[in-house]
Amino acid sequence: MNGMIGQPVRRREDIRFITGRGRYTDDLAAAGQAYAVFARSPYARARLAKVDTAAAKASPGVVAVFTGADLAAGGIAALPCGWLVKSTDGTDMKVAPRPPLAISVVNFVGEPYAVVIADSLEAARAGAEAIEADFQDLPPAANLATAMDGPQIHEGIEQNRSFHWALGNQAKTEAAFAAAAHVTRLEFANNRLIPNAIEPRACLANYDAASDEITLTTTSQNPHLERLVLSAFVGLAPEHKLRVISPDVGGGFGSKIFIYPEETAAAWAARELRRAVKWTADRSEAFLSDAHGRDHLTTAELAMDAQGTFLGLRVHTRANLGAYLSTFASSVPTYLYGTLLAGQYRTPAIWVEVDGVYTNTAPVDAYRGAGRPEATYVVERLVETAARELKLDPAEIRRRNFIHEFPYETPVALVYDIGDYEQSLARALTLADVAGFPQRRAEAEKRGMKRGLGYSCYIEACGLAPSQLAISLGAGVGLYESGEVRVNPTGSVTVFTGSHSHGQGHETTFAQVVATKFGIPIEQVEVVHGDTGRMEFGLGTYGSRSLAVGGSALVKSAEKVIEKGKKISGHMLETTPDDIDFEDGVYRARGTNRQMTFGEVALAAYVPANFPEGLEPGLSEKTFYDPKNFTYPAGSHIAEVEIDPETGVVKVVAFTAVDDFGEIINPMIVEGQVHGGVAQGIGQALLEHGVYDDTGQLITGSFMDYAMPRAGDLPSFSVETTVTPCTHNPLGAKGCGEAGAIGAPAAIINAVTDALGVKDIAMPASPERVWRALQGA
Amino acid sequence: MEQAGEHRIAAPRDRVWAALNDPAVLKRCIEGCEALERTGPETLTARVRARVGPVSAVFSGDIALKDLDPPNGYTLEVSAKGGAAGFAKGQARVKLAEDGAATVLAYTAEGSVGGKLAQVGQRLIDAAARKTADDFFNAFARELEEPATPDAAAAGEPGGAATPVPVPTGDVPAAQAATRGGALVWGGLAAVLVIAALVAWWLTAR
Repeated sequence: MNGMIGQPVRRREDIRFITGRGRYTDDLAAAGQAYAVFARSPYARARLAKVDTAAAKASPGVVAVFTGADLAAGGIAALPCGWLVKSTDGTDMKVAPRPPLAISVVNFVGEPYAVVIADSLEAARAGAEAIEADFQDLPPAANLATAMDGPQIHEGIEQNRSFHWALGNQAKTEAAFAAAAHVTRLEFANNRLIPNAIEPRACLANYDAASDEITLTTTSQNPHLERLVLSAFVGLAPEHKLRVISPDVGGGFGSKIFIYPEETAAAWAARELRRAVKWTADRSEAFLSDAHGRDHLTTAELAMDAQGTFLGLRVHTRANLGAYLSTFASSVPTYLYGTLLAGQYRTPAIWVEVDGVYTNTAPVDAYRGAGRPEATYVVERLVETAARELKLDPAEIRRRNFIHEFPYETPVALVYDIGDYEQSLARALTLADVAGFPQRRAEAEKRGMKRGLGYSCYIEACGLAPSQLAISLGAGVGLYESGEVRVNPTGSVTVFTGSHSHGQGHETTFAQVVATKFGIPIEQVEVVHGDTGRMEFGLGTYGSRSLAVGGSALVKSAEKVIEKGKKISGHMLETTPDDIDFEDGVYRARGTNRQMTFGEVALAAYVPANFPEGLEPGLSEKTFYDPKNFTYPAGSHIAEVEIDPETGVVKVVAFTAVDDFGEIINPMIVEGQVHGGVAQGIGQALLEHGVYDDTGQLITGSFMDYAMPRAGDLPSFSVETTVTPCTHNPLGAKGCGEAGAIGAPAAIINAVTDALGVKDIAMPASPERVWRALQGA
Repeated sequence: MEQAGEHRIAAPRDRVWAALNDPAVLKRCIEGCEALERTGPETLTARVRARVGPVSAVFSGDIALKDLDPPNGYTLEVSAKGGAAGFAKGQARVKLAEDGAATVLAYTAEGSVGGKLAQVGQRLIDAAARKTADDFFNAFARELEEPATPDAAAAGEPGGAATPVPVPTGDVPAAQAATRGGALVWGGLAAVLVIAALVAWWLTAR
């Protein structure tokens, strides 16, 4: 049957996306809606002495102008950070309050300090122009490298340091280094990235005076979390008077997880004005105000014996948090980073310290991979460099150190349940024809080109997350997922998931999971997501969690439906439920030829003429699935690049990815996810760079200056998977959404440094940097 | 944003100095200048509208004069705000040197911009600032070399370097003008304004 698990079913949602029938937030309109435009600080750091809104309020078409003081007076509290990290001295991280609209100080360029609501977008823009704000600019701490010695941004937060966090065993690690035959050391930056989903953030806030309910339609990856935070922490409205809907969303990559000022202010204004308020970010606003990603400065050292056996790893990282702590900012450079530094290796001693530092820049938070690309970059750059220094084959040094026995407890708090790193690497070596590389390099040399090969054997912790563990580590919420399977009387099925799809294809994969469980055509299964009014709770989509956690919840619910179906059919087929077998959509009384189809049982459940005593009518089940562990997707990426020494241009001539994502529901979608992730990883390695100047101005604030990867920058990827099924969820699935972005940067830079014969080069390895490296070489 | 340049003006230094400090002259030479007023002995305020196509951006600026050394030069500090388009601030050192009957005006300027101007105008700033400064000086030179020099006009070569230019005997204008506005910064500011308008256009045209 078409649509079962394992088949490359075409994404059913794509029909509406590619024919212009998608319904994105900005496509929606409410009767009489007004438009919001935000006034934003042009200064990186300034005292906001006065905001004069009189002229703006008098501007034609302007309905209202609200400042930070207005929101505060209206009961709107600061936006919280949802993950509490503790410093090594036992103190809590230092949190600077972040009012949705700045009240007395502004701390980054683009920080909103007032909102103008008007009858038209043009009128709102003109109104925002007419606001007269008196900024007294102050010296900013805009640069991560110097921010700890720079001007203090927030009262009471010395050295601009929110936390000094550490993980691992310091004494054991120092001992390992003391005994080492060789130490490889690198210092590098993990470059700041700006997410740039195709659809910018947007919202349409509606207030119904009859029910006193606010409906906030917005581009969120996790509408329930948005509702929870806006209700419980920000004080916008009680949870039962606030509905958050995420309709079609055009990409998120993490940036749409967070609770932002603009949606908050628009929702509050809608109730204040009793009028719908629409806001859609323009691309310039997105550059300034979406949470950025990465931005680390790291010193990393790997201690080895003479044979290249890893003895210890020591890492110090300074992580840029931006001007305020965004929703999950503190977890990214700590628990999503330090915990992954074991990589695929048996390194017995690890010690990582992280300073979380405020700067006068946009907040930094999770971006595709979130901490794990940074960790992989540390480990895989070190391993490759170590191989070169010890004159070992880069595959061989990895093999010597791979973990072989599972479960494996790392020195940095994780327990890997399963994996086969040898297998992925072996397949990648074949697929990339590494044996033929010397010949290709020689051929390239004849053409005057420099060719290089680079590896990256990454691991990630996905399937976020076992709630108890996450909460014990500081998470403010559980990280389970809900899933409801509602069998309709005619036998079709409506599935409700707390996960959210903004490009991942859940409407197809989740339907495949349920259709397979029930043995019914996929066309009979509808997947509903993204509306707090339609499903009871959910934690949304990030951290490659949807299938492993949300999909598992659906499996559990489907199994409950089948169990109930056995009771119904057992009664009707005059046997016991234990003697019913369910297969291919049919309930059969064992040892007889009596049977009922899935649809017949559904109808009987809703028209209970002949029904087991004590059994409730209806056929609808739900589950909150809380994972027992993280999942550990892992794989081997091999990049091959060619550099033109005349221009410094790096061409990625081949990219091989062999990933172990556990069991796969839809190989086509998985391949697409890998392609997208690798493209973003190559973007980080070669093109993308978010840059603030020393005065805190974002000088890469448009596509003129921020280079996104395009088709022409990418080769045709060679993608395969290996399978070791996840041991602790019913699908055996691990997650695939971030792998490409996690593995690719290190592979590319390892290839570029191989081609150039240099120890290191900064990301992005732009033609200028490559050319300069060649001149210096 | 950093700039330096030299312009040779066919007029004696005292007259150049006087004009450089005459708000009326400067206002005429800065395209889009709507107001230029003195607010104190060494401070001025100005409003300039930059227009690109159907879009305009208005900047208001404060100017402070420093290191006054008439008629040899001065330093200007300017801070201008353009609402949603951002801000510009900077300073310029202007030196006047005699070169026969003419004057060589040399300047160095540095400045920074913020907000939208920095975000999307960064690449355009230097080239546009230079062009606008050139436009300003061309207008300034015409202003000095044409109407107020009847003798030169009679000689029939208004723009020529060899034109004999009458040298005013007293330096009254210079003494007074020392407290007035300045040229280069206005050139630079005008450049910023043009970019501001471009930015505004860019923002609204999409």
